[in-house]
Amino acid sequence: MGRQTPLYDLHRELGARIVDFGGWDMPLQYGSQIGEHHAVRRGSGVFDVSHMCAVDLRGERARELLRKLLANDVDRLKRPGKALYSCMLNETGGVLDDLIVYFVNDYAYRVVVNAGTRDRDLAWIREHARALEVEVRERTDLAILAIQGPEARAKTARLMTETAGRDALALEPFFGRELDGWFVARTGYTGEDGFEVMLPAGDAARVWRALNAAGVASCGLGARDTLRLEGGMNLYGNDMNESTHPFESGLGWTVALQPPDRAFVGRPALEAVLAAQAAGKTVPRQLVGLILEDRGVLRSHQRVLVPARGSGHAAAAADANAASAADGEITSGTFSPTLERSIALARIPATDAARVQVDIRGKLLNARIVKPPFVRFGKAMIDLPEAPR
Amino acid sequence: MSNVPADLRYTRSHEWIRTLPDGTVEIGITDHAQHALGDLVFVEVPEAGRSLKAGEASAVVESVKAASDVYSPLSGEVTAGNPRLATEPEAVNTDPYGNGWLMRVRPAAASPTEGLMSADDYLKFLETEGG
Repeated sequence: MGRQTPLYDLHRELGARIVDFGGWDMPLQYGSQIGEHHAVRRGSGVFDVSHMCAVDLRGERARELLRKLLANDVDRLKRPGKALYSCMLNETGGVLDDLIVYFVNDYAYRVVVNAGTRDRDLAWIREHARALEVEVRERTDLAILAIQGPEARAKTARLMTETAGRDALALEPFFGRELDGWFVARTGYTGEDGFEVMLPAGDAARVWRALNAAGVASCGLGARDTLRLEGGMNLYGNDMNESTHPFESGLGWTVALQPPDRAFVGRPALEAVLAAQAAGKTVPRQLVGLILEDRGVLRSHQRVLVPARGSGHAAAAADANAASAADGEITSGTFSPTLERSIALARIPATDAARVQVDIRGKLLNARIVKPPFVRFGKAMIDLPEAPR
Repeated sequence: MSNVPADLRYTRSHEWIRTLPDGTVEIGITDHAQHALGDLVFVEVPEAGRSLKAGEASAVVESVKAASDVYSPLSGEVTAGNPRLATEPEAVNTDPYGNGWLMRVRPAAASPTEGLMSADDYLKFLETEGG
């Protein structure tokens, strides 16, 4: 048996199928996974993400600590409540975790880290915090609900007092604030508008039921995965890990190399990577989106055949050298319920090709390279290939 | 509670087998199996003429979350794969014993369903499996 969130008994009562996720017993789905996906794109859904961990950092040198630990720069946070997405790197530039940090004030930040990495993250943060005398507090007393979809904010605000609800609705994207004992943030992992709410664990079941009563669908990790992939968002452990760096994980935009004198963990390694690429010593790898043109379903670890630069077709390159360096790999793949096509993220050598082939059970199927996101605010963001026969 | 029709035969890997009047058999996956897989989004069925050995992976059913092989319960030659499933894979979820059939096979053996489970045996098997 794994670890359980404060909502575990309620998930069982609601008929969820429970699966292991990073050592946690979590709901995969309550009914139809595709039905839950559509509920979020078209109306609203609620997810239990209490397995993720809120960590409060307090101290005069809290900002200094985060400017050392994070590849993105918390100095970009000027207004209280503003959130920043960042990678936390190891010394070799590999991604230890991706996280969101909220700026409370100059001496207080809240960080939300992934479930599968939370113990390692906490140890890493504490190790660096000690020297700077920053207090690290793991908020195991909080549950975290993600309420997502075009109707999510209005339905959540109605459960709050009139003043708090009005303040919640006034939040700009990627801002959060404390309201009547809840921390309400306009963030999410679905490509839709919505809130992530951190609230006392004892309140979580009551709030969940009230959301259900207001027409917000219970949604499991299955729908969360198809929604985030359509939204073009990485999943830690699939799309990046401690042996891949942000530039080959579609996360270069989160690395703040300015100012040049900010000495964050992993910086020398990243600069060495960029220097080697600039000198033509290494071929950069990149994380791209794929949409399958043939029938089938893209899945993680399938092999991607990339045509050599300037050459005609993927098959030619594949014949010449079946296990060549031109190969890439799918890091996340699924059937997209919104697009009714199969989509994926794949790590491939940099290419000027428009198409690749994917080895699915020995068959080479055609896929087009696209720029994620695939879906945003309920709408397709890419041109769809014709429906495969 | 799973639907297990009395007139079919079953395997431990959750396929069902129906003997048709012309002596060929129709094969699909059980209600229990489709429920465990979740929403199906892609089904690959064998082409007519392919010869199958008992226990051979002969079809693939893919839900949103995973791909699973379907094993041929008997040896024989495929007479048809269900063409409907190319555009309507969800028929396996909604009608696993009817429109959701996967393939029809002309069995090599004279009594092809020998050794397969009856509905009662399959129900008992599901109980012991915790299904």
